[in-house]
Amino acid sequence: MSINRRQFLKIAGISTILGIGGTAVVNGLRKGDLEASQMEPNPEGLTAKRWGFVVDMSKFKSEADVKRVIASCHDIHNVPDFGNPKDEVKWIWKDDYEHVFPGQENEYATEEMKGKPFMVFCNHCAYPACVRVCPTKATFKRKDGIVMMDMHRCIGCRFCMAACPFGARSFNFRDPRGTDANGQPFIKHLDPEFPTRTKGVVEKCTGCYERLAKGKMPACVEASNGGIVFGDLEDPNSEVRKLIGKNYTIRRRPELGTQPSIYYIIGGNENA
Amino acid sequence: MLEKALSGSRRYWGWVFFLLAVIGAGVIAYLFQYQYGLTITGLSRDVSWGFYIAQFTFLVGVAASAVMLVIPYYLHNYKKFGRIVILGEFLAISAVIMCVLFIFVDLGQPTRVMNVMLHPTPNSVMFWDMIVLIGYLTLNLVIGWTTLGAERKEVAPPAWVKPLIYLSIPWAASIHTVTAFLYAGLPGRHLWLTAIMAARFLSSAFAAGPALLILLALIVRKTSKFDPGKEALQSLAKIVTYAMTINVFFFLLEVFTAFYSNIPGHMHPLKYLFLGLEGHSRLVPWMWSATILAFVGLALLIYPGTRRNESILPIALISVFVSAWIDKGMGLVIGGFVPNPFERVVEYTPTLPELMISLGVYAIGFLVLTVLYKVAIAVKEETEGVEIPH
Amino acid sequence: MYNAGKILIGLAIFFGLATFPFFYNMGKAVAKPDPKLDTPEIMKLAKQDRKCVEPKEFMRAEHMQLLNNWRDSVVRDNVRVYVNSEGKKFDMSLQNTCMRCHSNKKKFCDECHNYMAVKPYCWDCHIAPKEKES
Repeated sequence: MSINRRQFLKIAGISTILGIGGTAVVNGLRKGDLEASQMEPNPEGLTAKRWGFVVDMSKFKSEADVKRVIASCHDIHNVPDFGNPKDEVKWIWKDDYEHVFPGQENEYATEEMKGKPFMVFCNHCAYPACVRVCPTKATFKRKDGIVMMDMHRCIGCRFCMAACPFGARSFNFRDPRGTDANGQPFIKHLDPEFPTRTKGVVEKCTGCYERLAKGKMPACVEASNGGIVFGDLEDPNSEVRKLIGKNYTIRRRPELGTQPSIYYIIGGNENA
Repeated sequence: MLEKALSGSRRYWGWVFFLLAVIGAGVIAYLFQYQYGLTITGLSRDVSWGFYIAQFTFLVGVAASAVMLVIPYYLHNYKKFGRIVILGEFLAISAVIMCVLFIFVDLGQPTRVMNVMLHPTPNSVMFWDMIVLIGYLTLNLVIGWTTLGAERKEVAPPAWVKPLIYLSIPWAASIHTVTAFLYAGLPGRHLWLTAIMAARFLSSAFAAGPALLILLALIVRKTSKFDPGKEALQSLAKIVTYAMTINVFFFLLEVFTAFYSNIPGHMHPLKYLFLGLEGHSRLVPWMWSATILAFVGLALLIYPGTRRNESILPIALISVFVSAWIDKGMGLVIGGFVPNPFERVVEYTPTLPELMISLGVYAIGFLVLTVLYKVAIAVKEETEGVEIPH
Repeated sequence: MYNAGKILIGLAIFFGLATFPFFYNMGKAVAKPDPKLDTPEIMKLAKQDRKCVEPKEFMRAEHMQLLNNWRDSVVRDNVRVYVNSEGKKFDMSLQNTCMRCHSNKKKFCDECHNYMAVKPYCWDCHIAPKEKES
């Protein structure tokens, strides 16, 4: 199945030379036909040179804004809720300034700043440490900048979790399909269109690759009412680049050189 | 030669069956983990490696330490080590087997372990660690078995072993260097992000490994007719002394850099380990025990009177060994994860099943070691008094 | 022969263990697998549309390779449209394409897999449809 025309020509050529033409070529042809059937990208799919996010903190006004965004992701991706921090799996969540930007804390910051709910999820770094360390290429970087997980291949060594300087990765310490002591399933609403994970693999935000392929924006972006903006960082006319050009933005731990692709507009008062 | 492991005293068989029982308990605990997942361990999304990986790291050092016998014997023709070099090589074999098993029990999807070979990834240090460990295991199996076989026949080992022996010297350094690179190349884990990580690993390995080897040799002397030789053990003890001194020195270098620079990220893990951070101090008693043991061990080793006294020497060696074990087998790995990337402190304690699985792995290692040592000693007892060239 | 008694007992035990599976299953007829294609979703289709992405013979022999290729293509290459030998296009998705029609995993997948004693791990993660039979 997995031969392309070039390989087919090679097989056909070699088998003819060896004089065993006959059946080998016929088989090759049949398979070649199927390959002529080919695979192609979805024409509606969104494409970019390097996807990135801008998180505009001024749009996160209430707890409801945060919850809506988290639910929009966790519901469609069958992210389990184990109800304890030890086994916790999360793709997108919130934390406060001091913990999202350690090393940039400001002890005299306003109470308003200290209390802001910063949305955190995988940074889809340009030079991701997790991809560098993965021994099976189970986590890899796509051409469009999305740092992707191949759950079929992950052996659960958790090297990526040690390597990620952003704590973006979660491990399935137990079976996400299971139920708690009261018989309640860990995945409250099973979305039949998306898989779950199995115990023993690492997972994280995958940039809604399944939605991008269908021409849709990531779920959190759609649910955030402009709080999270998504676009091509390499395209100077993209909305993300315009926002980054107009506002003062910061990224998490840029000194580590991974080049995170999430930019935060801190806002604050008038000096945005 | 393996048949020599099939005849032994009641005490030998008692020990073997004891180990088998511990292995059995470990296997049952592992089946439990296989069924329910790593949730049965104390690991969390914040401390994602723990006791298993720490034991792996420590044992790589034990494995590498065989080179402390190989170098003097084969490169400097220090004949006194001729009698015990095989003990070092066999210890390395058993240690590498334990390393591989500790990695295996740590995997979330153990059935997919072959993916590492199916999709070779040279940019991953883990990939290289697999290669060097398998290579080192093979080298020591071939070298140990061949030289012992030759000794049994009272002939010199075949010439082709020599290059392999020379190769095993840099290879031993490589296994611990690559293991250090697992940690030292990760951005954002301050305790690990240090250029002297590999050097620290090697120095601590060359202290703990030979310390264990001397203790094993003393046990061998007590339980068999084979005498490893007082002078050989004393020379090894000196190696332990130097290595441990360097190990402590290297550690103090880390403390200086972290605290004189006053950079919070560098100080936090050390503060967590030795003083406690934000009210979390589970490892503090352990780390101070390690510190005290290190200095007690060093004092006893440096002063010649106590080092030469064979009833005090074991105390010094046990101190050094336990100190290095706490430092690497607990502090190093856990300290790297505390505080987490959000500068939050989440603690870790191994659970009972986790410890049972670990004990099971250790028992497998000791069983391999027992069998190999039994064979080696039986050969040594047969050829006692025969001078064999090498 | 030294220790003849012990050797014979040992041999008998070995023979017993080695042949145990055969004796254990002797006389038990295992029903031939009979995968069903009559789900409501398939029956709804017009007769000439009742076709899989590729011919039946091909699917029977090669579905595992096809699914493997689909998986790698979608997950790793972000290429997710399959154009079959007739030029028809399909979204490469086990859950959302294959099982939309074959909404009877038990009678369609498990029937043969159980017979062959293979346990593909698809369903550890992928969600099987609600069982529907005709």
